[in-house]
Amino acid sequence: MAHDGHHHDHEEGSELSPIALRVKALESLLVEKGYVDPRALDVLIDTYETKIGPRNGARVVAKAWTDPAFADWLKRDATAAIASLGYTGRQGEHMVALFNTPDTHNMVVCTLCSCYPWPVLGLPPVWYKSMPYRSRAVIEPREVLKEFGVDLPDAKQVQVWDSTAELRYLVIPERPAGTDGWSEEQLAEIVTRNAMIGTGLVTA
Amino acid sequence: MNGAHDCGGMMGFGPVVAEANEPVFHEAWEARMFALMSAVGDVGGWTLDEDRAACEAMEPGHYITSSYYEHWLSGLERLLQTHGLASAEEIASCIASAPSRPVTPTAADAVWPAVTAAGSYERRTGGQPLFRPGDRVRTRHLNPAHHTRLPRYLRGHEGEILACHGAHVFPDSNSRGLGEDPRFLYTVRFRASDIWGNGAPDLIHADLWEPYLEAC
Repeated sequence: MAHDGHHHDHEEGSELSPIALRVKALESLLVEKGYVDPRALDVLIDTYETKIGPRNGARVVAKAWTDPAFADWLKRDATAAIASLGYTGRQGEHMVALFNTPDTHNMVVCTLCSCYPWPVLGLPPVWYKSMPYRSRAVIEPREVLKEFGVDLPDAKQVQVWDSTAELRYLVIPERPAGTDGWSEEQLAEIVTRNAMIGTGLVTA
Repeated sequence: MNGAHDCGGMMGFGPVVAEANEPVFHEAWEARMFALMSAVGDVGGWTLDEDRAACEAMEPGHYITSSYYEHWLSGLERLLQTHGLASAEEIASCIASAPSRPVTPTAADAVWPAVTAAGSYERRTGGQPLFRPGDRVRTRHLNPAHHTRLPRYLRGHEGEILACHGAHVFPDSNSRGLGEDPRFLYTVRFRASDIWGNGAPDLIHADLWEPYLEAC
């Protein structure tokens, strides 16, 4: 969709918003000065629109649910375990897997900016980068969770993880009941992005 | 810096509004801005910490009321000038009028290897960490005028060391061009009730460098 808009914008520049015009002009300057290759910009956009996204993380979760040795490896060295599936790179240099349990629910935020595990989840959604989520996730996580439709019992402890350094967190949600015998591929299909941030639960 | 970006625990921003089936980019300029920051960052000579500091340097009212990629635009315009890649006049006019720095821009076929390369912010220092898992620590009352990663809401509070991750590049130094200055990095666990005084049974964790911490 963004790509269609992109081509459209280039054809009809007069319709661009002030900030779109500004970014377009800045790109022209930087190309002219020899700092960027516009074809590389196209590839960067396509990479994060179509190749690196939450399906990667869903495969990590599904494997953790079906392969106890992999789950154990994730707990000990998430960076290496996740790299073994081919997911490495920017904003995923130091990975930590947080396993939800019947007693514990994990939830990830970056109050200071927007740190997020790109290799497994792609780029963050707008709400994750927004002031409401960043400000409230640490002081009233249960209220925030309710807005996502997650109403936790009082007995379940919420553990919030504020991504203040270069460690990046991936929540491993609880495997839902009724999925015995499902294949890794079937399981990966039901794992949502929000469940891997900790603002959702996985249901079969 | 006690800027608008350091918003943990602030109130009044309203509900979290999540969009169903959200696209990766909502508008074409956001996609171009994302890619520009990444591609220019490859040749600009600045660090991720300087990048964050530049985005945080926005006027607070502007920061709060502008969109995410507008923060990036502001940060990139600042970095281009502070690192001598473009003059203020060039940024304002978007017309090249000064000599360029000779660099080789990232080629299209170099993008995938670059974004998927396994990097690390851990550095060998030979020193020993001051704290061990289980130790009680207190975060220092620090209010530096420069970039830091100790959020305001966690200053002056007691917590417990959960893990030590070795020495990592220290943002407070690296963001100011003072070198990587690696320091030991810890995951520290706080009780939410200690932070907010609200009796909540929950826990909050943050990854904090040794200079942010003292024994207690």
